[in-house]
Amino acid sequence: MKEEEQGLTTKEKDENAARRGEQALREGDLPEEEERRLLEKTWGDKPGFWGWVTSTNHKSIGKRFIITAFVFFALGGILAALMRIQLARPENTFLGPDAYNQIFTMHGTTMMFLFAIPVMEAFGIYLVPLMVGTRNVAFPRLASFSYWIYLFGGITLYTFFILNIGPDMGWFSYVPLAGPEFSPGKRVDIWSQLINFTEISALCASIEIITTAFKMRAPGLSLNRVPIFVWAMVIMSFMVTFAMPAVMTSSLFLTLDRLVGTHFYNQAEGGDPLLWQHLFWFFGHPEVYIVFIPALGYVSSIIQTFSRRRVFGYTALVLSMIATGFIGFGLWVHHMFATGLPQLGSSFFTAASMMIAIPSGIQIFCWIATLWSGRPRFKTPLIFIIGFFFIFVLGGLTGIMQASVPLDLQVHDTFFVVAHFHYVLIGGSVFPLFAAFHYWFPKFTGRMLSESLGKLTFWLMFIGFNITFFPMHQLGLQGMPRRVYTYLPQMGWGNLNLIASAGAFVLTLGVLVFVVNVLKSRRGGAIAGDNPWGADTLEWGVSSPPPSYNFFRLPVVQGREALWVRTEDAPVVEGLRTDCREILVTKTLDAEPDHKLTLPHSAPWPLMMGLAATATFISSCFTPWALPGGMVLAAIALIGWGWPKKKDEVCEPPPVEEMSDEERKREAARAQ
Amino acid sequence: MKVVSGQWSVVSKKRVCRRQKVEGRKLLVLALYCLLPTAYCLLFSSCKREERGYRVEAPAASRINSVRLTELQPGESQPYTPVKNEYEENAYAMNEGKRLFTWFNCVGCHSHGGGGIGPALMDDKWIYGSQPEQIFATIVEGRPNGMPSFRGKIPDYQVWQLAAYVRSMSAQVKSDAAPGRDDDMNVGKPEQNRSKEEPKSGSIPKSAEMP
Amino acid sequence: MKKVSSEQLAVSSERKAVKRLCCLLLTAHCLLLTSGCRGEQSVLNPAGPQAGHVSRLWWLMFYVEAGVFLLVCIAVLLAIFRRRRERKKSGDEPDTSPDPQREQRMTRVIMGAVGMTLVILFVFLIASFTTGRGLYSPSDSQALSIKITGHQWWWDVEYDAVPASNIVHTANEIHIPVGQLVKFRLTADDVIHSFWVPNLSGKKDLIPGHEIILEFQANSPGEFRGQCAEFCGYQHAHMGLTIIAEPPDKFYEWMNGQRTPAAQPANESEQRGQQVFLNSPCIMCHTIRGTDAGGRLAPELTHLASRKTIAASTLPNTRGHLGGWIINSQEIKPGNHMPPVPLSSEELQALLDYLGSLK
Repeated sequence: MKEEEQGLTTKEKDENAARRGEQALREGDLPEEEERRLLEKTWGDKPGFWGWVTSTNHKSIGKRFIITAFVFFALGGILAALMRIQLARPENTFLGPDAYNQIFTMHGTTMMFLFAIPVMEAFGIYLVPLMVGTRNVAFPRLASFSYWIYLFGGITLYTFFILNIGPDMGWFSYVPLAGPEFSPGKRVDIWSQLINFTEISALCASIEIITTAFKMRAPGLSLNRVPIFVWAMVIMSFMVTFAMPAVMTSSLFLTLDRLVGTHFYNQAEGGDPLLWQHLFWFFGHPEVYIVFIPALGYVSSIIQTFSRRRVFGYTALVLSMIATGFIGFGLWVHHMFATGLPQLGSSFFTAASMMIAIPSGIQIFCWIATLWSGRPRFKTPLIFIIGFFFIFVLGGLTGIMQASVPLDLQVHDTFFVVAHFHYVLIGGSVFPLFAAFHYWFPKFTGRMLSESLGKLTFWLMFIGFNITFFPMHQLGLQGMPRRVYTYLPQMGWGNLNLIASAGAFVLTLGVLVFVVNVLKSRRGGAIAGDNPWGADTLEWGVSSPPPSYNFFRLPVVQGREALWVRTEDAPVVEGLRTDCREILVTKTLDAEPDHKLTLPHSAPWPLMMGLAATATFISSCFTPWALPGGMVLAAIALIGWGWPKKKDEVCEPPPVEEMSDEERKREAARAQ
Repeated sequence: MKVVSGQWSVVSKKRVCRRQKVEGRKLLVLALYCLLPTAYCLLFSSCKREERGYRVEAPAASRINSVRLTELQPGESQPYTPVKNEYEENAYAMNEGKRLFTWFNCVGCHSHGGGGIGPALMDDKWIYGSQPEQIFATIVEGRPNGMPSFRGKIPDYQVWQLAAYVRSMSAQVKSDAAPGRDDDMNVGKPEQNRSKEEPKSGSIPKSAEMP
Repeated sequence: MKKVSSEQLAVSSERKAVKRLCCLLLTAHCLLLTSGCRGEQSVLNPAGPQAGHVSRLWWLMFYVEAGVFLLVCIAVLLAIFRRRRERKKSGDEPDTSPDPQREQRMTRVIMGAVGMTLVILFVFLIASFTTGRGLYSPSDSQALSIKITGHQWWWDVEYDAVPASNIVHTANEIHIPVGQLVKFRLTADDVIHSFWVPNLSGKKDLIPGHEIILEFQANSPGEFRGQCAEFCGYQHAHMGLTIIAEPPDKFYEWMNGQRTPAAQPANESEQRGQQVFLNSPCIMCHTIRGTDAGGRLAPELTHLASRKTIAASTLPNTRGHLGGWIINSQEIKPGNHMPPVPLSSEELQALLDYLGSLK
């Protein structure tokens, strides 16, 4: 008969357990070596392929995410290289219009949906638990699901691209061109489903990050001490939560229009093509800030470490990021200035688009001040950040130009815009991302990347990028629209296009050097040690790479720059269970310990749910039976997911009143 | 749980070499990746559907001399060899057919399949036959009581596109390649959502009956 | 001899490299800029007041922002390079409690910079609004009104007139009188396009179901090329248009010419050519007023020979180009809606004779 049914007291339960040889093991019960082994066993993945597939360790998931995102970055880059080859000469016949349309759409879709957001989420999933001083993310299985659905979405898209069902209407897919009449076949439907894949992935990861950052911080890590990186990830995650539903709605309406015959975007039946634009850009504009704000977190972290001083203006930096996130939702109409909207309304968006430069400016000034009054050390991460300054500021300035309606009406949908957004996205996100790669690679792998190869990467990328994209400003002003598969020789755009294509080659070389650097250094790089950069955030206080349990003892944080201000006798948390996955939940504002919680062990259900969702999304393009069928599959996966935990996976501590005598004795001993 | 003072020491821990597991893992990932596209291709055989034919040679189905208007034959009946119009598997072609159906004013007599001055095209009654080559002949030759002859005015490949579209109106073609709704006033279910009619050759619709 | 550490050497050579790079980029930048001022289809070569306003706004923003960019670059470079040796000597220990006075000083500097940013942004805001007002002033009722309908991948042009018999209907080439405001009523028949003639004005979209007004004028005569600026399918790249601004008397002469029906064939070859036209797929889509061809799906051909270009400003309007276009337009603009028209060479020559007579 089960113990609960017998109505035993806790004391009797414990005696039964002791007789069976079971005992709740807590921190401090065993000697250090044994305890570390036990923690590793508790928090590590199961061995072999199955363990890898069912992993709920945020570091495994984070690494997978980063590598997959980088593979998509490379694929997107190859597509860009193909485009530049086609555009190098006028009336080139390397790609026909259909191929070119598919390629530029895939390039945009890959970069925006399959690379930019996932890689930022990935860094968050890996680093946020470490930076806030806990053992895992708040919802480990959700993180795993987030990865699987992202991977399957990306594989689906590329598979369909290879089968000639790649989307071909631009990454923002305006209707009516993307509607049922002008885009026959399943191309747009696949793209629309990809939105579902990637947005669900992003939403899950955001919920993860917000909850981890708010509820699982180590004691002492009050909100005003939270590293700027974590703030950036939290703000980004809130933005994702509000922005993604808009694009999911718009793509749902598009799918319904195409497959069911609804009229959301059909002006003849009361719909409107502009509805698509509003819904999409309500997501689309915050999207670029979603991609940009984590990069701001990287910049702050790296500048702080490499200037050897606390970053100047912590409060201003955090508030600026919040302001950017907030104002970012009020800019979307600047993508629609040419659509005949009323002048007064457009003016608000002009003002907002210019206003958002102010928080960005404040951040730039604070960072310059940090560098000015610090002692900069020229390692690769800092060099990439300096590149960020030049490129992003230029991009931001051309953005202000386009905030003005009359000027935008001239440069909208030309290569000037292409130049602008590549400057802000590559300068503002990719350069800090490469800085972050070089900065955190030692933490992820335990090896240092080569400094000389790193610097070479930087110079090739910086020079290549500027040669590629600077002439595009000129091309736009000279009348070259975007998304053209070729152009007439007499327009005089041939030379600048050739220069841009040459620059693309240099940029590609830079990325290749980086790949070589990573491959070489993974096995052969210098051993990194715990804190090769002398940084201040908590992840640098554990080994490189961190053990599966992150911290032997959760730290108690004494100040904003956790490792820099830690004293010799810094307190730690003791008493959590070591034989099951127990974490400490703290209060949101001041991180006072609140209660303990059990996290789930490895499970195959996230993968099953990912497969179920994939099957549903793909089949729904072809038959309505996919929906009930998919529901059955999803139900199976979710039931498994939600099944109550096994007894030995539950760490519920008895309430103090019900503690057995032995446990009370142990607690008393610890208190002394 | 209690917060205690104590030394906070961190000891680097060497990780167990998992090279073998990593290799096995990689192979499996690769295998999965190769299997998945094959599975998709087999499952959805999309290649023909998504071709964008600027190719303007007519499908191999140009042999309109194989058209019979009736199955009645002297002596031994020759078996009917169906003519395949590749455009019936091609979404782009049928979409073009739909465009041309409006552009060339087929809708003037046939509406969007419901008929009017001309017979309905979305029902199961086909006066002159429902096979692709029979529809081709109807368009090119014209028919009594008002169907114009478009020979020389519509290129062959466009007639095949129209023929494929006409068959899609009664869902004789694969639904994943059939067109969706037009960006126009609603005229009923899009072709991809219609239920398949069983064509009856040689039957006369109500509009063609003698008064 | 003073020993210089390898790191210091590396830094100073890096410094030189950075300086050299900056100079190079700046020079390249200047060169590129100057090349953009000339040229047709250029934003910076305005031929009318609307484009002129925008061009002035551009230069204002450009110079101010170039200055800002330069300041930021200098600040960044100074921040990293100034007093390097001194700062290196002061060791590697992180500074968690920086000097409060210095922090206050830097705060004041930053507040100043933010203040300057605000001022500049306000100047831009006001400049933008002022320019906008200049562009959107209420149109005078005397403005010439032209309806443009965007199709995949050509422009349908209709000059509004009362009575309807005065309407001029043409395609892809628009004539306007110099010095008179022209009001364009923009709409589309299929997907979203965008009407853009950079020398004269910014762009406005052509959206199915909407009518959007764009007004501008040319102050000097000339030929101005424009292009569709919203991705609209396979031949978006080749959807150009031409605006010809001419003195008012020449313009009205042109209008009167366009109103007349097509010229009758003057000789046997042209007669034969008209026959070929009327017996070919051409009549399914094209109109030649004065004949039985009344298709409204493709550009109007009544005065084809009076145009400077064909295929939406993609090809010059010469006999050879027109012949190639007719025989197989899919080779030139793959995916466009005109099918190849297989004609024998005798038929083609006659047809070209006839079309060449349609002035």
